[in-house]
Amino acid sequence: MARVLPALVFGLLAAAPFLGLGQGWAMTLLARGMILAIAALSLWLPVGGAGLVSLGHAAMLGIGAYAVVVLDDARVTEALVVAPVAIAAAALFALATGAVAIRTAGVQFIMITLAFGQMAFFTAASLSAYGGDDGYTLYGRSTVAGARWMQDRLGFHYLCLGLLVVVFLGIRMLLASRFGRVLRAARENPLRVEAVGLSPYPYRLVAYTIAGGIAGLAGFLLANAAEFVAPSFLAWQRSGDLLFMVILGGLGSPFGAVLGALAILALEEWLGHLTPHWRIIFGPLLVLAVLYLRGGLVGLIGARRG
Amino acid sequence: MAEPILRLDGLRKRFGGLAVTDGVSLEVPPGEIHAVIGPNGAGKTTLIHQVSGTLRPDAGRVVFAGRDVTALSLARRARLGLARSFQVTSILPGFTALENAALAVQARSGSSFRFLRPAASEAALNQAAMDALERTGLADRAAVPAAALSHGERRQLELAIALAMQPRLLLLDEPLAGAGPEETERLVALLRGLKRRYAFLLVEHDMQAVFALADRISVLVYGRIVATGTPDAIRADPEVRAAYLGEDEAA
Repeated sequence: MARVLPALVFGLLAAAPFLGLGQGWAMTLLARGMILAIAALSLWLPVGGAGLVSLGHAAMLGIGAYAVVVLDDARVTEALVVAPVAIAAAALFALATGAVAIRTAGVQFIMITLAFGQMAFFTAASLSAYGGDDGYTLYGRSTVAGARWMQDRLGFHYLCLGLLVVVFLGIRMLLASRFGRVLRAARENPLRVEAVGLSPYPYRLVAYTIAGGIAGLAGFLLANAAEFVAPSFLAWQRSGDLLFMVILGGLGSPFGAVLGALAILALEEWLGHLTPHWRIIFGPLLVLAVLYLRGGLVGLIGARRG
Repeated sequence: MAEPILRLDGLRKRFGGLAVTDGVSLEVPPGEIHAVIGPNGAGKTTLIHQVSGTLRPDAGRVVFAGRDVTALSLARRARLGLARSFQVTSILPGFTALENAALAVQARSGSSFRFLRPAASEAALNQAAMDALERTGLADRAAVPAAALSHGERRQLELAIALAMQPRLLLLDEPLAGAGPEETERLVALLRGLKRRYAFLLVEHDMQAVFALADRISVLVYGRIVATGTPDAIRADPEVRAAYLGEDEAA
């Protein structure tokens, strides 16, 4: 089951528009789910892969989104330009902040990433040229090689799905590589890694930078999905949400991040329909999940079979 | 005597008012098993830390393979061929025995900034890792997660990791600590089998094992080396008997 699960879930997402989820609200929700899954995957790499628990990840997402804003304001809406800029900007932020943060570990790392995230948040809120606190409404979605198919619901759906699959497979490849082996080893026992002659720092920094780039991509998509960007994209609450998705899904496998993101979004949506006070149910459910789903959703599905 | 693989030159380390390493000098020629013994609190582990690079000495030099490595980190010294084992076994519990050794091979063979190919399918890494497991008697446990190995097997694995590094000196901090009598016998036989091919600097409490294995022994008391010599010479040394062995016999 754990083997075929990703194929099954991606297959369902591909078929969803033809399985009665083709209406506007459902497609919007699905796109949002897939984008947050990409964001959660990008956070999984440092947290699950390298053992670095970051609480400032929304900043990378937000920087990707604000790259879209800045370029939109300059009338640059070509995705082949905008997306690479969004990715590069977020990766650069990750590299610069990671260079400092990765020198620490544990609670210190959490606090430093949180601090950097808040710096980015307040910077975004003070960008009065781009709406400040109120945010910025895009003129429209990015074009791809001049074509407007990101406006198309199905086109955007499959763009998000395609990128999600590519990011997932990419992270899995990364983990299995020599690079990933050093990363995983350093998560388990950094002293052992040093004792065989490898310093964990550069590997962690590169992983953190890659994670930033992927988050930037998710930010680019999120800005296009909403056609609106606000400083709340960078708020620490969103970092917390992402971290929760990763933990709920399970740290043992990157697919956990995908499951966690989709599950939380679906739960929010379902509970929201039941009652306006859905958070009263949502909160305890999350607590129970953390207490009883030690391996996360992925562990649950894997354990049933095994 | 051949150019020593390791030379310690007047090492000093103080913690507050306490001189834990007080002018230690010693040489380990290639192929020698050099044991450091001494009563509890003599500063043996502190000395090991300074040789491996996890602790910087206040004064003195560590010369490894003709190169002054005093300012180099643990990882840099490891890349030069200095393999260290730990008093408390330090392995990767979630990795298989083979992958534990393969990481050490990988560290010595080319860049680890490779992102595409699955490392587990690199035959050259696996072959060298398997060799190291074979030489430590763990070949049939290659696919077992390290966390599921027995205490003695973990000790063997740590040795396999060290061998996989193609070391020039093995720095073993109490390799027999916590091992039962049978495990001790197996580990001593294992170390004896590696003799001559590698140089060892060994800190160990098990006197029987030390006298059976070591070519030369240095006795460390309150941070100073009070005697260095062959096991027979050390056994006969009156100062050593007074400072250390006598306690054992009296006990």
